[in-house]
Amino acid sequence: MTVPSACASTAGPMAIPHLDVDPFAISFFDDPYPTHERLREAGPVVYLDKWNVYGVARYAEVYSVLNDPQTFCSSRGVGLSDFKKEKPWRPPSLILEADPPAHTRTRAVLSKVLSPATMKRIRDGFALAAEAKIDELLQRRKFDAVADLAEAYPLSVFPDALGLKAEGREHLIPYAGLVFNAFGPPNELRQTAIERSAPHQAYVAEQCQRPNLKPGGFGACIHAFSDTGEITSDEAPLLVRSLLSAGLDTTVYGIGAALYCLARFPKEFARLRADPSLARNAFEEAVRFESPVQTFFRTTTREVEIGGTRVGEGEKVLMFLGAANRDPRRWIESDRYDITRKTSGHVGFGSGIHMCVGQLVARLEGEVVLSAIARRVASIEISGPVERRYNNTLRGLESLPISITPA
Amino acid sequence: MPAITFVHSNGNSDHLDASDGESAMQAATRYGLDGILAECGGNAMCATCHVYVDDALAGAIAGRPRRRGRAARWHRRGAAADEPAVLPDQDHV
Repeated sequence: MTVPSACASTAGPMAIPHLDVDPFAISFFDDPYPTHERLREAGPVVYLDKWNVYGVARYAEVYSVLNDPQTFCSSRGVGLSDFKKEKPWRPPSLILEADPPAHTRTRAVLSKVLSPATMKRIRDGFALAAEAKIDELLQRRKFDAVADLAEAYPLSVFPDALGLKAEGREHLIPYAGLVFNAFGPPNELRQTAIERSAPHQAYVAEQCQRPNLKPGGFGACIHAFSDTGEITSDEAPLLVRSLLSAGLDTTVYGIGAALYCLARFPKEFARLRADPSLARNAFEEAVRFESPVQTFFRTTTREVEIGGTRVGEGEKVLMFLGAANRDPRRWIESDRYDITRKTSGHVGFGSGIHMCVGQLVARLEGEVVLSAIARRVASIEISGPVERRYNNTLRGLESLPISITPA
Repeated sequence: MPAITFVHSNGNSDHLDASDGESAMQAATRYGLDGILAECGGNAMCATCHVYVDDALAGAIAGRPRRRGRAARWHRRGAAADEPAVLPDQDHV
């Protein structure tokens, strides 16, 4: 595909490259980067015959699809399943799987609940918990950075901030794993997750109800907006569900990504130790570099041209966020983890009206964990076999054995 | 083509050319300007950008939510007075 898109409008639509790539296969998850490059190099838009979807993997196209929600809608599902043709596996999300104007109203509510003012209120508690966690792990020296830190830390702060009861929290991570597997195609990961979903769904549905949410928490705050009429009392539980779906596991993968980066790139860890104020950017760069949320779909609402190729109405378009975040057209030394990089514009949290509504919570958690490590830990070494966790949407590890020494 | 001068808190300034329809924040991040974090990418969520608009120029901004009490230095050349502007910025624009 060497014809520039400017010529394509006069010469007619370009032929679209067909690729036999399955971006939801275990072999792909093991090493997606050569395939990401193939996808980017094949053209601005490609067709994936395996799942009959269009794909965009270059930064410019991913960014423009994300920022044109009128053409690339979310209400037909942000997974492979088209809600116009198939019954969704659960009632659709009122924010993620919605378009304006419906989305505008629910988004405003969650934005207020997860605002900078809220972060100010929870910041000290989150920071203290991170310091306590790192101190505890320094006693142990050797531990699993995934289970004992990337999971344990968010689990120690987020469910409390949400106002969840103590019982049943073990359902949270499996439920989120299910939600993110369900965006994928009907492969084994998705089918197995849905088959086992009943107890997790029952737990989540119950916890979303107002009486089960502690006053002062994010959940109770969402319900309070039904008193003032911004949302109805039927909508509130589903908005709480969004935080249960997307608020915990994503940060687990994000923190896991940052720890894996610091363990692999000791020079960057040394720079972080020298200047702990880089913690927030070191986390942000890990989100760009690893892209814990790898993909989302949109559905076209009309015929549209992407990079000179005509795409019809009602087509699924798969956005490779992880590939866009390493597109050399956009990033200098895109495959390098650089904690002082200007990360603005990365699409690890998405972009546009659907950009992660919990991004401030994620950054707060990432920052305080990395800041505590920067000030208290002298060295991080990988001390055992690194195992990958497989999910249709999320990229991260099952196990990362490390040993650390005190500063 | 609108031209924007960003005046940093230390008094230094950067002059850059923006594209039509581009926000000041987008232009600043495209040029990699120091001081403009734009964490949330323009969703008005993260509060890493602020802008103070000189009262004398308040009319140039369409749909401005409310007047700010503090006057500021704002240099914006080559832009039509009635052009809607989104000006999130940590430094003064």
